[in-house]
Amino acid sequence: METKNKKSFGTQKLDDERRVRVLSPGMLVFKRFVRNKLAITGLAILIVMFAFAFLGGLVSPYTQSQVFKHDEEIMKEYATCMLSTDFRYTVREGAEFPDAARATAVLAISKGDASFTYGDKTYSLVKEGDEFYTFGDALMIAKTRTLAGKFSVDALPETGFVASPEFVAAAEAAVASRSAQFEADGTFYTLINEGKSSSIYHVEPIALASKLVVDPYNESQTSLTTSFAFRYAAELASVRGEKEFELDGTRYVVTGEENDMVVSTMDGEPICSISDILVSPNANDIFLTAEFKAVIRETIRAKETKFVYVDETGENVDYRIDRVNTTYTVRTLKESRVITMFDFPSPQHLLGTDSNGMDVLTRLMYGGRISLMVGFVVVFLETLIGIVLGGISGYFGGWVDTAIMRFVDLFNCIPFYPIVMIIGTVMDKMEIDPIKRIFILMAVLGILGWTSIARVVRGQILSLREQDFMVATEATGIRVSRRIFKHLVPNVMPLLIVQATMSLGGIIITEATLSFLGLGVKYPLASWGSIINAATNVHVMTNYWFIWIPAGLLIVLTVLGFNFVGDGLRDAFDPKMKR
Amino acid sequence: MTKFIVRRLILGAFIVFFGALVAYAVIRSLPTSFVERMARQLSALPGAKSYSELIDQLNKMYGLDGSILEGFFKWFGYAIRGDFGYSWKFNQPVIEKFNSVIWYSVIINIFTFVLQAVICIPLGILAARKQYSATDYTVTVVALMGISLPTFFLATLLKYIFSIKLGWFDLYGIVGRMHEQMTSWQQVLDIAHHLVLPVVTLMILSIGGLMRYTRTNMLEVLNADYIRTARAKGLSEKVVINKHAFRNTMIPLISYMSYLLPTMFGGSMITETLFQIPGIGYISYQAITQGDIPFTMFYIVFIEVLTQFSLIIADISYAVADPRVRAN
Repeated sequence: METKNKKSFGTQKLDDERRVRVLSPGMLVFKRFVRNKLAITGLAILIVMFAFAFLGGLVSPYTQSQVFKHDEEIMKEYATCMLSTDFRYTVREGAEFPDAARATAVLAISKGDASFTYGDKTYSLVKEGDEFYTFGDALMIAKTRTLAGKFSVDALPETGFVASPEFVAAAEAAVASRSAQFEADGTFYTLINEGKSSSIYHVEPIALASKLVVDPYNESQTSLTTSFAFRYAAELASVRGEKEFELDGTRYVVTGEENDMVVSTMDGEPICSISDILVSPNANDIFLTAEFKAVIRETIRAKETKFVYVDETGENVDYRIDRVNTTYTVRTLKESRVITMFDFPSPQHLLGTDSNGMDVLTRLMYGGRISLMVGFVVVFLETLIGIVLGGISGYFGGWVDTAIMRFVDLFNCIPFYPIVMIIGTVMDKMEIDPIKRIFILMAVLGILGWTSIARVVRGQILSLREQDFMVATEATGIRVSRRIFKHLVPNVMPLLIVQATMSLGGIIITEATLSFLGLGVKYPLASWGSIINAATNVHVMTNYWFIWIPAGLLIVLTVLGFNFVGDGLRDAFDPKMKR
Repeated sequence: MTKFIVRRLILGAFIVFFGALVAYAVIRSLPTSFVERMARQLSALPGAKSYSELIDQLNKMYGLDGSILEGFFKWFGYAIRGDFGYSWKFNQPVIEKFNSVIWYSVIINIFTFVLQAVICIPLGILAARKQYSATDYTVTVVALMGISLPTFFLATLLKYIFSIKLGWFDLYGIVGRMHEQMTSWQQVLDIAHHLVLPVVTLMILSIGGLMRYTRTNMLEVLNADYIRTARAKGLSEKVVINKHAFRNTMIPLISYMSYLLPTMFGGSMITETLFQIPGIGYISYQAITQGDIPFTMFYIVFIEVLTQFSLIIADISYAVADPRVRAN
């Protein structure tokens, strides 16, 4: 016998254990699954995706909402120049010329009137020169007092009036004769008597309107050049073509031609320039010197667009002038800290940065977590509701079955996207917290999506219910809940797993679609869909492929992975159907 | 048969009724502040009715002062007479707006449907006949890829390639810039030109489903006993496939296609929105996201009716095509 056995070594008997290897059902399913190339590809894709999403976040040196900035030299607006086309008003210190009266004044100027009324006051209007007008009003310049027979005159210092002896004498005479007017130094004054004291008025220019712009050379001279008296004297000199004028005992010289003049002291120290081009700095803390302004004006008059000016540190700075109608913008290169927007792929940012200056690759990783997690939670929710309702429906049958199935019909008939969109819009308007939004989204997707699973479970249980092993459980008197969950549900499991895997892909697509439309996951959180949302902007879509194409490919690959695996599982569980 | 149809119709009507009730309940449970804010925003649009008019109309049609059930019956009374109110967003009666946009969607979907059927059914059958061949694998992979593509990504990708890189089509809209100056024939061509990308998008997305469905059903039929009988009695392969197998595959296919009815008339919200085709999908998207309650409510009910209608047609066509169903 032994020799015979030895001879037949290599050719096995039909019932040899080594020939008929008995595999457990689970093992059989596994073997069939492994043999399927597509399924293995899908599984590999999924493993990579999971590693990318859940481990990637740990490996990435950045966080999902880290904003990158860099220094950049950009042309910044430095100053704005305008041809002065509006009247500028200077009001005498202590006098009142309300803003609203200016509109009336402009009207009177255009009509050529000699006076105009605003409120209950009448102002005189004098044309002093081309586009230079003064507005006069009776200004109280002095007060007189008669105390114990002694007469005195107090000039009001803020008006700059100085009472000459002749004036005092004339005033005294007028008070004594109770006349309302008197003349002194060749000027007429009005006197209003108030018992022991009286006020003296004189029609004086209280405001002037001119289109010329006065720029001081030195910041410390600002108070002088903006004073009414200086401006009045300077402008009067300029329109009259006088080369000199005197103010407060100082003589000033005017040089240059019309619209571009320099006022300086007798010893040659420049005080201010007078011109018709207004130059104002774009930042509040910059003082533009009159020299600088003069250079700009020169450039504008020469119709050039570039000039160089030496700054305080002695360096040449390039400036560019852009013209829009009568406005000129002066730009210069300034170093400033800007957000690194739409940075093209580089070793620091493998997929560049997005519109918020965040690293796209890192956001893809964190977005993957949310997309995958939403998928799993929703499928879990769907399956839970589906098993319970489908199980009850299939097991009990009769009116319970009918009721639940009608309920399923009702749910199926409710359109999915409109309802989810309404909820998304409402959440938008109520400004719900982004994290809370995700939970609401998961709940809504789960509640709207359970019907197909319920149907599958019901169908499966309906057929299983009639089989012998179920009759046996009934005969042995096992509890109903135990019969359902211990004996029926495990038999439904294979189909359920296939169904769940396949619907995972669908849910990921749904979530991505909603996020893409801006109704799902919201900034600062990321999901693959919300990253592609950037491509709704045609400019981003056209120029920055690295922002939206990788996210789209990730979605496609992941969903494909789930579908391949689901397909493979179906084949493995049910070899009869082949694929 | 008549009894079956009548029963099916009554059931459908009931489901639509309760579906409308659910939609009404959802709209009723929107926060009041949301409704008021949207009404305010929309009343600020040029030519819109005033805010108080909109709210009055809402109160009147939707019976907001009563309970949900009371209000629903009030709304239902109007709706059943075809009065769905006045759209806030579009400033015209809802039905009028609907009539003016629905045909764009129908045209797009009819094109898609025909192309889909012409491409998928032969390929599905081919794949089933040569199971496990290279053709079969290709068909399966392509079908799964079609299922895995999100609409918005595919549409954006197509726009990127064909509109931006190649410049063959416009990015958005249904008509070109020079549309008004064209002759009527050119106008038709212009619209057709603008519909190419949406149709292609929809087609690629739907190819997968139909192809797989055809293949699975064909496989099932090919494994049936009567096919073996047909082969055994010596019929040519052509007759076996075209006469015996294909006709039997048609039964489930007809029902599958009638499920496509809601998409055909309900518009494809996302595709239309991305290409800004003013069909029912894009219009409803605008209405929904901007809180136009009368239009949203109408659209939901419209889709519900369509869904039920398609299910009834599927059931009936099953009965017509398959004598076995009729017998039961």
